[in-house]
Amino acid sequence: MTELWTRFSKAFLIQDRWKMYLEGLGNTLLIAMIAAVIGIVLGVVMAMVNYIHKKSGKLKIATKICNFYITVVRGTPVVLQLMILYFVVFSFWDNGILIGAITFGLNSGAYVAEIARAGFESIDDGQMEAGRSLGLSTWQTMRTVIIPQALRNALPPLFNEFIMLVKETSIVGYVGIYDLGKIPGLIQSRTFDYLFPLLIAAALYLIVVLALTQVLHVIERRLAKSDRNQGGAVNGKAK
Amino acid sequence: MEKQNNEPLIRVRNLSKSFGELEVLKAVSTDIMPGEKVVVMGASGSGKSTFLRCLNCLEDPTGGEVIFEGVDIADVRVDINIHRQKMGMVFQQFNLFNNKSVLENIMLAPVMLRKKQLSREKRRHFFGKGEKPTLTKEQIVAEEREKAMQLLARIGLADKADVYPSTLSGGQKQRIAIVRALAMNPKVMLFDEPTSALDPEMVGEVLDLMKQLAEEGMTMVIVTHEMGFAREVADRVLFMDGGVIAEEGTPEQIFGNPQGERLKSFLAKVL
Repeated sequence: MTELWTRFSKAFLIQDRWKMYLEGLGNTLLIAMIAAVIGIVLGVVMAMVNYIHKKSGKLKIATKICNFYITVVRGTPVVLQLMILYFVVFSFWDNGILIGAITFGLNSGAYVAEIARAGFESIDDGQMEAGRSLGLSTWQTMRTVIIPQALRNALPPLFNEFIMLVKETSIVGYVGIYDLGKIPGLIQSRTFDYLFPLLIAAALYLIVVLALTQVLHVIERRLAKSDRNQGGAVNGKAK
Repeated sequence: MEKQNNEPLIRVRNLSKSFGELEVLKAVSTDIMPGEKVVVMGASGSGKSTFLRCLNCLEDPTGGEVIFEGVDIADVRVDINIHRQKMGMVFQQFNLFNNKSVLENIMLAPVMLRKKQLSREKRRHFFGKGEKPTLTKEQIVAEEREKAMQLLARIGLADKADVYPSTLSGGQKQRIAIVRALAMNPKVMLFDEPTSALDPEMVGEVLDLMKQLAEEGMTMVIVTHEMGFAREVADRVLFMDGGVIAEEGTPEQIFGNPQGERLKSFLAKVL
């Protein structure tokens, strides 16, 4: 018992090592949040291009580019994407956290595009027709009627994507960024004991994910309750 | 009052529409006079809805002309949005904006378009052209709110101003959809089977509102299966079959003395 306590203490308490975990967790959340913002903007824009193309036949080339991007990003491992951005594209830049966030943002954009596309497709064509019949332009109707409803329907899977990001960003340790997933290795290199650092990091991830899942449940319940929209929720992605 | 003249409000010339290989409208021509009530009938697939949707170019015609107030709006170079503002449309499925309250549904388009017009005038004034606009955005919103509330009061739904469409009955939705179109002060109202998706007990309230509009002199083009309504309100009935106007005339002629076999068998089925 005492031995286990000593090992835990070495892994967490001595020399204020718990601060390292918290710092790592902070970086993890920072990367995930920046990535989520980039991903949502990128994904929604790509889904919109796709939607407008489908409804009006415009933006043909832009749609092809988007589809190519989505295929490539979804078809290659994110570790390689990270290394390409870190070691090649941004080799002149030493802000690892931002590079990690950009990588995951660009990666997540491809997945968000699919989520948002399902959100747009859940909107009845009549909504656009009604807007156009009143003399609004396609964009005016998109902005006031289509996008708010599509995003609302896509909110649960979008939030789920954010939860995924929190866990998946743990691979940024590959290129030496100090996120939560990297901390156990650092501590082990001093204490030669992997067990507790790994358990502690895992527990911290779990706590954060459970907390975020609770938030997701609240969102889902709110959406189910409010009867503003008859369109049901959109299924999340399978990853 | 609309000044009395013999100029058609909408002049349709050789209007054609194909979906790929399928020819839905075959060179349809007709004139719709100001104040006229035209009912369009026909079996499913006869092209009647497509005809109506081509009148405001919700479906792009593949050929022919739709001349509304002297402008061929079927021409792709025309800014269709400006002309659509004067052509109200009512859909079978109501198509109220689900994310907007009843009041917002009615105010959305007029407020947005007038605000845009105002910014344009302000910009013109800034560059030394035109008068300084006297209205403010707040005044536009207040005016449109007032007008929307009057429209709602007219259909007896003022108490529903702040609720969302999903809580309303079909008949209420459709009446709101009609006043939403009226809020743009249209010159003509297009109705695409406005009562077909309604429960039978709600058809009456929607038809009553449409009759009121008819009495006020609104120009109306109505695709419907309500034969009683057609008889009562229509100045002219168009019977469409196979993408052409197979027969047309007053309700008395069409219902009392049908000529073609197709019309006879159609009437036999629906009456």
